[in-house]
Amino acid sequence: MSGARARLQRALDVAGPAIGLLLVMILFAALVPDRFLSAYNFKTIATQTVIVALGAIGMTWVMVSGGIDLSVGSVIALASVVTAVLLREGQPELVALLGGVAIGAALGAVNGLLITRLSIVPFIVTLGTMGIARGAAKYLANEQTVNADAGWLADLMTKTPDPGWLLLAKGVWITLALALVMALLLRRTVFGVHTFAIGSSEATARLCGVPVERVKVLVYVLAGVFGGLAGVLQLGRLTVGDPTTAIGLELDVIAAVVIGGGSLSGGRGSIAGALLGAFFMAVLANGCTLAGVPNYVQEILVGAIIIAAVALDHLRRRASR
Amino acid sequence: MERIRKRFGPVVALAGVDLEVGRGEVHALVGENGAGKSTLMKVLSGAHAPDDGRMTLDGVAYAPRRPVDALRAGVAMIYQELNLAPDLTVAQNLVLGRERSRLGVVSADPRVDRALAVLDHPDLAPDRPVRELGPGARQLVEIGRALVGEAKVVVLDEPTSSLSAAESEKLDAVIRALRARDVSIVYISHFLEEVKRIADRYTVLRDGETVATGRVADTEIAAIVEQMVGRSLGEAYPRVPHEPGEPLLEVSALSGRERPEGASFTLRRGEILGIAGLVGAGRTELLRALMGLDPVRRGRVTIGGDVDGGAGVRRRIAQGLGLVSEDRKEEGLALDRSIAENLTLSRPVARLGWIDRRLRSAVTKKWSARLAIKMDAAEQPVGALSGGNQQKVAIARLLHQEAELLLLDEPTRGIDVGSKVEVYRLIGELAAQGKSVLMVSSYVPELLGVCDRVAVMHRGALGAPRPVSEWTEVEILDEAIRGAA
Repeated sequence: MSGARARLQRALDVAGPAIGLLLVMILFAALVPDRFLSAYNFKTIATQTVIVALGAIGMTWVMVSGGIDLSVGSVIALASVVTAVLLREGQPELVALLGGVAIGAALGAVNGLLITRLSIVPFIVTLGTMGIARGAAKYLANEQTVNADAGWLADLMTKTPDPGWLLLAKGVWITLALALVMALLLRRTVFGVHTFAIGSSEATARLCGVPVERVKVLVYVLAGVFGGLAGVLQLGRLTVGDPTTAIGLELDVIAAVVIGGGSLSGGRGSIAGALLGAFFMAVLANGCTLAGVPNYVQEILVGAIIIAAVALDHLRRRASR
Repeated sequence: MERIRKRFGPVVALAGVDLEVGRGEVHALVGENGAGKSTLMKVLSGAHAPDDGRMTLDGVAYAPRRPVDALRAGVAMIYQELNLAPDLTVAQNLVLGRERSRLGVVSADPRVDRALAVLDHPDLAPDRPVRELGPGARQLVEIGRALVGEAKVVVLDEPTSSLSAAESEKLDAVIRALRARDVSIVYISHFLEEVKRIADRYTVLRDGETVATGRVADTEIAAIVEQMVGRSLGEAYPRVPHEPGEPLLEVSALSGRERPEGASFTLRRGEILGIAGLVGAGRTELLRALMGLDPVRRGRVTIGGDVDGGAGVRRRIAQGLGLVSEDRKEEGLALDRSIAENLTLSRPVARLGWIDRRLRSAVTKKWSARLAIKMDAAEQPVGALSGGNQQKVAIARLLHQEAELLLLDEPTRGIDVGSKVEVYRLIGELAAQGKSVLMVSSYVPELLGVCDRVAVMHRGALGAPRPVSEWTEVEILDEAIRGAA
């Protein structure tokens, strides 16, 4: 395979989900043209994508390094509760936001340290912290939603932003900007190359003196930061801190990364692909609702699409060998 | 087996091998590492299809397409890495895949009792999980499985390499019991004393050909060693003139987790030191301990004046060490990453953490030109290259990182003849530049052709290095098999 073909391959990684996305959009445009094809509806879909997309940015790093993070849904809930509690205590929005991100980062650090120090597989460690974070969120919130004035945090997730020329919610732009930064970091920095190397062959990374443990911990901290940020925006969207929010969301996040070309065995994945995957699922959910497709059909569809995306990817890879 | 041929790409593994094993005979298959024993047995067991030649079993044409065909025909392989399910019991493992059941429920099986009676080992209780057994008892379970399958031919690949003396004796008794039941045994071993003790006949492979066969009782061990070594023709080792300088690496009484055990030697600048020995002698472990990949239990390492009792990989790289792994696919390279990434992984081309892609590409092109790496582009996955070119990328990584001391583990394994010669020349050129090379190889002629001095490792102990002019191939092999006199 030549360098040009390697670049083509990478383009195809993103093109696959993009084509799928296009097909689904054409389908819904035909089924429910007036409601699906409205500007307002696209603002809605974009806003709905934000939470999963932020989680997927962090998850891409984790999966590229060969790991997995099941705790992201619980981290979102905990971060939203922590942020709400800080606001209720009269802290300014910025402090509350930083508090939410910090709790995410701390949980990410715990994940990373447990994985590297105790050599427990990421699946088990994050399965554990998934429960711990969920429980902590419920404890902090007294097992009920935490009411607080979210101030400008709520503005971040308003579908019709102020000023109006932004067109999409501020949270959408924040997500896109962060995605760009993280994609550059993943492709263009030594840290990114090390992450890919560990996921591709950890033994090779060790042989070459890559600080494997440090990189892994940082990757999980990064995932925690994005989980925390997603939690803050979830609070902005719901305007309450909800300890039972985002249950099962980790699976949507993983699905977004996988649809976008990420691999559970590590060494592969892209931020752009993960964003497309997240958007794809949001479009599907939105279109199904508008078209009156029952929820259970939608669940079956998403499941089938995940399997189809990975199967197609395998076929393509085998063909290119 | 007659005139069996097999090639892998440009590498000829078997160039016409004949092997005849009689019923109820213990037949030893011997030869140096890389002589073709493993490939031949993979052909026998259906894991590889031969390119040419034919096989008969019990007078009937035999051509297994898959391992399961061989098993059904009555050929059982017992490899060095045992294939048992550790959490199942002895009885379950014995009949695995051949369970007799009534209404789906596995029933008590007289075959288990019969097999255990032949094996006759105190640890082998039918209900015991295999996990609790030692290596010797596990091996017997594998043999028992062959008994349950009523195998006609049982192949034992280096069966004693992980056994104690007592366990080896036990194995001998079981082999005799099998022979008494008219089972044929192919016994692969480096330990010629064992061959002498247990085998009836032997066949020697060399460079993928049968070079000798005969009755063990009529042959001296020394004669078999001579036959194993023979003369390798048509191989050229380009010599690049180089002069060893002051010592760069001093190792004293270095011990790893299990191996090496008290290894000591000195390596000078501009010197190539070869390490010979059998597979499993601890040569790879010595390199890994030096590189900081495996823990050092005891001992002292001095590199260019720095003394320590073991250090991590990053410190070793900073000190100018670099390792080319014997396992190119799993450890040597990240196969699905690009050539450029692999080549610069131990010393990234970056400023403030950001990769300079243009410079990295230029660096990759520079090294690929210097080492004649055949590639299309710096960004193509390294796994798309041929074995020889992959190996050059792994070596180029050490050059790019400006390593002064290169640890090369089987640097010519699995690469074609042309690339081998290029690697030999490159090693000589590195020595001429004043770099030091520590090279592990299982192919003795290569060590004698390339190195300045050679030391032999035997069961974890490193013998004293001697200049190549003071070694013969037979002496090296003899020390590898029997240890230093």
